[in-house]
Amino acid sequence: MTSPIEARNLTKRFGRLEVLRGVTLALAPGRITGLVGPNAAGKSTLIKSVLGLVKPDGGSLHVLGHRVNGDERYRRGLGYMPQLAAFPENLTGAEVLEMLADLRGPGTPQDRSLLSAFGLEDQLGKPVRTLSGGTRQKLSAAVAFLFTPRLLILDEPTAGLDPVAAGIFKAKLAERRAAGAAVLLASHTLSELEELADDLVFLLEGQVRFQGPVADLLAQTGEQRLERAVAALMTEGGR
Amino acid sequence: MRHATRIIRYQLRDIARNKWILAYAVVLGVLTEALFRLGGDGGRVVLSLLNVVLIFVPLVALTFGTLYLYTAREFIELMLAQPVGRGAMFAGLWAGLTGPLAAALLGGIGVPFVLHAGAMPVPARSLAMLLGTGVLLTASSTAIAFVLALRFEDRARGFGAAILAWLLAAVVYDGLVLLVATVFRDRPLETPLLVLTFLNPLDLGRVLLLLDLDVAALMGYTGAVFHHFLGGPLGLAVAGAALLAWIAGPLAAGGRRFARKDF
Amino acid sequence: MIHWALAAVAVLAGPPRQIVAGPGTAYPTLGAALAAADSGDTIRLGRGAYREGPLTIRVPLTLTGEPGTVLYGGPFTLLTVTADSVTLRGLEFRDIPPSAAEDRAALKVAGARGCRLEDLRFTNTFFGLYLSKVTGCVVRRVVARGTGRLESLSGNAIHSWSSSHLVIEDNDLSGHRDGIYFEFTTDSRVAGNLSAGNHRYGIHFMFSDGNTYEGNRFLHNGAGVAVMYSRRVRMTRNRFEDSWGSATYGLLLKDISDSELDHNRFRANSVGVYAEGTTRVTFTGNEFLGNGWGAQVMANAVDTRFLGNRFEGNSFDVATNSVHASSEFRGNFWDRYTGYDLDRDGTGDVPFAPVRLFALVVQQNPPALILLRSFFISLLDAAERVAPALTPQTMVDQAPRLRWAGDEAAQ
Repeated sequence: MTSPIEARNLTKRFGRLEVLRGVTLALAPGRITGLVGPNAAGKSTLIKSVLGLVKPDGGSLHVLGHRVNGDERYRRGLGYMPQLAAFPENLTGAEVLEMLADLRGPGTPQDRSLLSAFGLEDQLGKPVRTLSGGTRQKLSAAVAFLFTPRLLILDEPTAGLDPVAAGIFKAKLAERRAAGAAVLLASHTLSELEELADDLVFLLEGQVRFQGPVADLLAQTGEQRLERAVAALMTEGGR
Repeated sequence: MRHATRIIRYQLRDIARNKWILAYAVVLGVLTEALFRLGGDGGRVVLSLLNVVLIFVPLVALTFGTLYLYTAREFIELMLAQPVGRGAMFAGLWAGLTGPLAAALLGGIGVPFVLHAGAMPVPARSLAMLLGTGVLLTASSTAIAFVLALRFEDRARGFGAAILAWLLAAVVYDGLVLLVATVFRDRPLETPLLVLTFLNPLDLGRVLLLLDLDVAALMGYTGAVFHHFLGGPLGLAVAGAALLAWIAGPLAAGGRRFARKDF
Repeated sequence: MIHWALAAVAVLAGPPRQIVAGPGTAYPTLGAALAAADSGDTIRLGRGAYREGPLTIRVPLTLTGEPGTVLYGGPFTLLTVTADSVTLRGLEFRDIPPSAAEDRAALKVAGARGCRLEDLRFTNTFFGLYLSKVTGCVVRRVVARGTGRLESLSGNAIHSWSSSHLVIEDNDLSGHRDGIYFEFTTDSRVAGNLSAGNHRYGIHFMFSDGNTYEGNRFLHNGAGVAVMYSRRVRMTRNRFEDSWGSATYGLLLKDISDSELDHNRFRANSVGVYAEGTTRVTFTGNEFLGNGWGAQVMANAVDTRFLGNRFEGNSFDVATNSVHASSEFRGNFWDRYTGYDLDRDGTGDVPFAPVRLFALVVQQNPPALILLRSFFISLLDAAERVAPALTPQTMVDQAPRLRWAGDEAAQ
């Protein structure tokens, strides 16, 4: 089985700013990979490259076995939850879901379990603009899982969720992992990663400074806590 | 294509409920109704609406279109994370915005005419020309607005560029044309002036309306080129085609930018 | 005088007779009937195709046809009337080929008085009716359909030279060079005619004083209506419409003096009225609607007055060729007028200058016409209106009317 995400020597610059400087990494199916790094390390750019939102300058990028080159079909197997959810303001939640289903074609199987678990169903008739921030975030999470994706890209997913919703979300995540989906989870909350992530990718100044199982990182740095281990990586990178 | 039409469908639903679009339609409707109430018959109302269509409509389409693309950025990112191509997304955004703007124009101006149709004759041909030109100018302006919004990352700069583009096309340009016409008065000017006119979509729209409202004057002109060009269906066809090119051109340019853009 | 004397003798010669002519009668040809006719006789020409001519009527008589009485012509003037008091009624004339050498007509009246020409039809004829040195003739309900050929290959439907006291009314003229042509024709009345689709002018007169034109309609004529070198012209309730083209006018006035135009309607012409070298011409209660130029009044037009006219929907209301032009405007309705009427007397409190700066620009630089209705141009016009510098300040309506309510200007 091919790797859900396989990047080789990926580079990207915005003007004079080199954001990705030869990123090479591979994700494994059935595992949750935490993506960490300080601000401006290139996390968003890497995620957006995977999503096809940003076009890398060099290197190669394969997602779910497809080379990312402008053909949108690989994204059928992809679920994305952005940091801040945005939907067409004047559509209702139901219309948004209908639209997304429509785009994938009729008959695409849907997993609406998160909608009911979040208690969203009675909110779906309202225009998105009238929903609270937390509710939108729940809708966004539900959308990411809606089409049983083989690859999930989650950008600070629990930041806007209340503890109960976050719990539901984490359970769902575990369920998908068990089903063999790969997850790329960007987060600043290291305790959360400690709880969820199997593997870790540490990005610094546009380069991968560490990739591997969380346990390896702890072992490598001789730390008990992920937070300390990452801090150690940072100082190491600073040297 | 399939994706584009689907996006357009939801886009239309979204923007049709946008309060600014509704406000736009209401402003046009109130304005048209006011012109009727001020004692105008259908023909005079069409004449009075001429500058509304040539000046106000492009201004709204340009500014609204520019701001819309900035505002829609997160939505665009969400959509592009779906199995949706850039081309389909761009077409969907443009058509989904242009459609409601055009509908607001048609409804805002058209409804008062329908309401007054019983009481007085409606100059159907002139009204159709006016609305058709308005729709074409709307489509061209939104396409240009997208190009500007994609050109400038910064929202304030993009908005400024849209206002500037409008000022240039709606006011300054004709002043320059007049200047050219005056400075080179002694040379054959017909063809250069026609070409200059074609380089500005608002002037094209104006010429299209002239062909309907001012044929008598245009036919009174002695020059052979104008006479040949503006005198028959040729002028209508060429000016119409040129205005379509002013839609297709910016659309192509905007589409190319959109396809390459990093979000 | 001699003519009258001859007529009296003829009448004395015997009682008037009715001569029935036509195929199957004692006079199978018109020529035979005319030869037999005496003064005062009536010839009834039956249905049929008459291929004769040229023919001449030399005595006062009445000649009538019936539907289907058709005289076919050839390369000559078909029928010439030289006698006074001749009445022709209900005849159709056909097929007079064009000629560059002579003004051949279907019917020519020369040097006669008191003819009545009614219900005639000219089809495919070079000139239709040609009046030469005629006095006191009535031409009524003539239908002329010209050859429709080029201007140089068509003659005039009704042509009058050196005549007077004519009545030309209710005729329907098209497809000729000029619908009605007057030269040195005076004290006549032209009324109720329709002159449409002629190559040059619907009506054209030169050196023709003291004529009245009333209730005629001139449509789609090549260059509209032209009136030149005449005095004491009165034009009332005529309609000048749809004359499009360069050098095409609803009405062209050139060297006209002491004339009145009232209650005419000029609609959808390239130029409604063009006045050049005129003296003391007054326009009252006319309507200028949807023309390219409502009125072009050249600087050499003296004492032109526009009183209580309506200007609406014209691309340009009034234009002139010089800042020194002067005309008097008073009490006209202008759809471009944006002034107010605080004392509510129906008259605007601010004067209106009908000559836009842009009209002057176009006059001097015609290709600038492409900027018509430009927003920039309206700014320019507005600026000129606030601080006039280039438009003639003599051409200002001091008392513009706010409303057009029909004919109240007629007084």
